[in-house]
Amino acid sequence: MTEKLLINALENEAIYIFREVAAQFEKPVLLFSGGKDSITLVRLAQKAFYPAKIPFPLMHIDTGHNFPETIEFRDKLVNELGLELIVRNVQDSIDQGKVKEESGRYSSRNVLQTTTLLDAIEEFKFDACIGGARRDEEKARAKERIFSVRDDFGQWDEKNQRPELFDMLNGQIELGQNVRVFPISNWTELDVWTYIENEDLEIPSIYFAHKRDIFMRDGLIWSASEHVYKDEEEEVEERMVRFRTVGDMSCTAAVDSYATTIQEVVAEIRDSSISERGARIDDKRSEAAMEKRKQQGYF
Amino acid sequence: MEVLKIATAGSVDDGKSTLIGRLLYDTKSLTDDKLEAIEKSSKKKGYDYLDFSLATDGLVAEREQGITIDVAHIYFSTATRSYIIADTPGHVEYTRNMVTGASTSQVAIILIDARHGVIEQTYRHFFINNLLRIKDVIVAVNKMDLVNFSEERYNEIKADFEKLVEKSDYEDQHITYIPVSALKGDNVVEKSTVMTWFNGETLLDHLEKLDTVNIYNRGKMRFPVQYVIRPKTEEFHDFRGYAGKVYGGEINVGDEVVVLPSETKTRIKEIFFNGKKYQSAARRSSISISLENNVNVSRGDMIVKANELPRMEKTFTAKVCWMCSKPLLVGSKYVLQHGVNKVLAKVNEIHHKIETDFSGVDTQVSNLQINDIASVSFQLNKPIFFDAFKEHRTNGAFILIDPQTNNTSGVGFIE
Ligand SMILES: Nc1nc2c(ncn2[C@@H]2O[C@H](COP(=O)(O)OP(=O)(O)OP(=O)(O)O)[C@@H](O)[C@H]2O)c(=O)[nH]1
Ligand SMILES: [Mg+2]
Repeated sequence: MTEKLLINALENEAIYIFREVAAQFEKPVLLFSGGKDSITLVRLAQKAFYPAKIPFPLMHIDTGHNFPETIEFRDKLVNELGLELIVRNVQDSIDQGKVKEESGRYSSRNVLQTTTLLDAIEEFKFDACIGGARRDEEKARAKERIFSVRDDFGQWDEKNQRPELFDMLNGQIELGQNVRVFPISNWTELDVWTYIENEDLEIPSIYFAHKRDIFMRDGLIWSASEHVYKDEEEEVEERMVRFRTVGDMSCTAAVDSYATTIQEVVAEIRDSSISERGARIDDKRSEAAMEKRKQQGYF
Repeated sequence: MEVLKIATAGSVDDGKSTLIGRLLYDTKSLTDDKLEAIEKSSKKKGYDYLDFSLATDGLVAEREQGITIDVAHIYFSTATRSYIIADTPGHVEYTRNMVTGASTSQVAIILIDARHGVIEQTYRHFFINNLLRIKDVIVAVNKMDLVNFSEERYNEIKADFEKLVEKSDYEDQHITYIPVSALKGDNVVEKSTVMTWFNGETLLDHLEKLDTVNIYNRGKMRFPVQYVIRPKTEEFHDFRGYAGKVYGGEINVGDEVVVLPSETKTRIKEIFFNGKKYQSAARRSSISISLENNVNVSRGDMIVKANELPRMEKTFTAKVCWMCSKPLLVGSKYVLQHGVNKVLAKVNEIHHKIETDFSGVDTQVSNLQINDIASVSFQLNKPIFFDAFKEHRTNGAFILIDPQTNNTSGVGFIE
């Protein structure tokens, strides 16, 4: 007990943000994808409110095309930590005729998530949605505030954002609006991995090198799965790979890797000459892909 | 690892975004895919050089117009430390976004186009950086390649800027001048092979050697209570932790403290972080604490050391930087957010508008327009617990929220 607390500036900033959310909003929710960023968020939220429980539920927008390993991991984590989990399915939005399934070579359910998310926000009257987006991921994301206001339609008005001064976070909104909150805005991919290593956090197995059936397209490694469209000519082979980011199977490419421990993963990220989003097929669609999706209410 | 936050400043097209792109490129922080994207876009635009501003101008409108509209936060690290750079817009219209970027930074890089020298936006941004008490300012005289890398031109601009510095009343400030070419890379990361007349450090060298301990404006310990943690579980039945971030100084178990506004005296009993107890916590740590006596404490209250009381008042005067197209008027009411504490505020008087050219001229005005800076006095419905901004960078600042739109309409620095 004689110790002096050594601070990690990024961790302390995130904890501060979590506490602001709990204090300023009536119905916050933590958007949980089962990926490394949302796992980090859960850890930070635990620290922010310890010894009390995390005072809001988690919500997963399930595209139905997730890696099974991620879903397994999600359920285990929620169980172990005694958290409340809400799941809403893109399949339901499709069945209700609200969105149309894409078809063809680059079809993905990634964009469809937005409708399901916005509906869920309305259903539960969530006023703050906490997400694990980071500014270093993508250049439209680099423009995000920590508290980012969305209108009734979930839209991001990127040219007219609220000034955000010092660490004063203004969470005042009108009925129907909601705020997207990004506690790890200022973390880099390496910061997240280092944190996972230091905190000894469990993560889904697909982040580590494993043998997988894959095929090559546009220089990227695609998972061979029933959820991913594949041409006849595209040949499937087995390869040692891992994933750097865990999105929908149809939009997340793998990378060649032999890193089977967290130390090896951290070392690999440190030396990598490709960015995390370099393996996101959804961003390759166009230079403004992310900005467009965000305007429509995507994370 | 240590994190240093830097904000750029300067007029439109002075090369802020380009400079940041160059820093990333020369420190090998741009990954292959990002570099490829820049090469592709530069080619598409018909440039015979790499347009590094494409690395940071993340919005479609920005790339179309070739200007920065909103702040982008860019990250890179060296063996020494991690850097966060706020790429801010130079356009007057977006001054609020420039202030946003600068408010969380400890260092400012003010760019000047060597062809144009010190212009209105230069002193406006220098003024705002001073208002924000940014301690370390780097004046980067950019586009030296367009003035034949002329030492004479550089000295001329430096002398002009020094005249501004003389008029500033910020004494602890440290100013460094560097002639650079963001486009060609001279004196950014690599020493210029052309400007051999310059003996100073490169921009990155300067940043790497900055003493990050003394760059922070320290002050007295302030602990604004953010949230009360009450688990109400069997194990922690009577636990009551006051969660918050420590500002200004250190907090220790046993410290004699006063809770504001009740002015109750007590002592710090325990300091927790993630369930572990600590003897002391440094500034900027997000902790929770318990107190010796059973005192009633809620969000917005402040815990301070017994012999270091802040001012506790319902009226004060502040310099206000207005950020909203709806003008600030005498008599109008706002929600004033001071740290995590919110009160209602009425504008009592606009004393005068402050010119940002260091001329010292004060103009009488009846209202404040967007991007105006003025001395304004307020009347609050409840007292707040504050320090002058000069003495405390966090406890002396507040924002004004328009109760009709909920927008953050202005920022104030208490005198
Ligand atoms: N020749 C030359 N051109 C430069 C230099 N630095 C920037 N430029 C050019 O100046 C133009 C403006 O550069 P930006 O980096 O977009 O300017 P900025 O300061 O970010 O502008 P705003 O963000 O709109 O305020 C671009 O065409 C750059 O290529 C330099 O050192 N030399
Ligand atoms: Mg720019």
